[in-house]
Amino acid sequence: MANAPNRPLSPHLTIWRWGPGMAVSILHRATGVALSFAGLGILTWWLFAIANGTDSYEAFTKAAMHPVGLVVLIGLTWSFFQHLLSGIRHLVMDTGQGFELGVNKTFAVLTIVGSIVLTALLWFYLLGVAK
Amino acid sequence: MSVGDSSTPLGRARGLGSAHHGGEHWLTERVTSIALLLLCTWLIASLLLLPTLDQRTVIEWLRAPSGAVPMALLIIVGFKHALDGVKVVVDDYVHEPGNNFVLNTILLFLAVGGAALALFAVARIAFGAIA
Repeated sequence: MANAPNRPLSPHLTIWRWGPGMAVSILHRATGVALSFAGLGILTWWLFAIANGTDSYEAFTKAAMHPVGLVVLIGLTWSFFQHLLSGIRHLVMDTGQGFELGVNKTFAVLTIVGSIVLTALLWFYLLGVAK
Repeated sequence: MSVGDSSTPLGRARGLGSAHHGGEHWLTERVTSIALLLLCTWLIASLLLLPTLDQRTVIEWLRAPSGAVPMALLIIVGFKHALDGVKVVVDDYVHEPGNNFVLNTILLFLAVGGAALALFAVARIAFGAIA
């Protein structure tokens, strides 16, 4: 790069029409980062709250049931399922399969539909049990 | 290759390529992802099967070997997978070698420290006295 700053560059992000494959690709990265920091952070906090006695567990439950806490937890649940399904898609593609345009697009769309459905099912169940 | 060069083809190829090392990182990411597929399925199934999520129930679940051991594995593999994943993001966007090294080192400390904290909490639950 440094030796030839004026050489022509290949078209990058701004020029392509967005499609499911690109969306799922960047979602995989974004959800992975969210799970790495917020997901593992909350898991660690939850384990400490369990270990530390009644007061700290109540504080955790209160934060988790707060509207903001619920939005974060539901968002992380969706991130988890999106990253999981997209990760399975990557494992399939690592074997050299699923690169045909139609199959690839369908698989990408299915990860998005699947993550939303699984998140909805899990939280309808959880909130139903809580009540 | 000059006359008198006794290195093997593999020896000459090692260290070349954009990453300057072999496929271990790539492969580790895949192997940990498969382990997490199993461990996260265990976690979600366990949480759904618990009658309630009050502290006493959760402690009894995590005190048993069938709770504490998979949770410890989930912590170790989860933080490792997160570290490997976030490193790819850092290497993609932070090109300056000094900044790249500093950021990756901070992330390494965060991951090891986070995993140690979470494991400590599980150990306290598993080996602590029942409240």
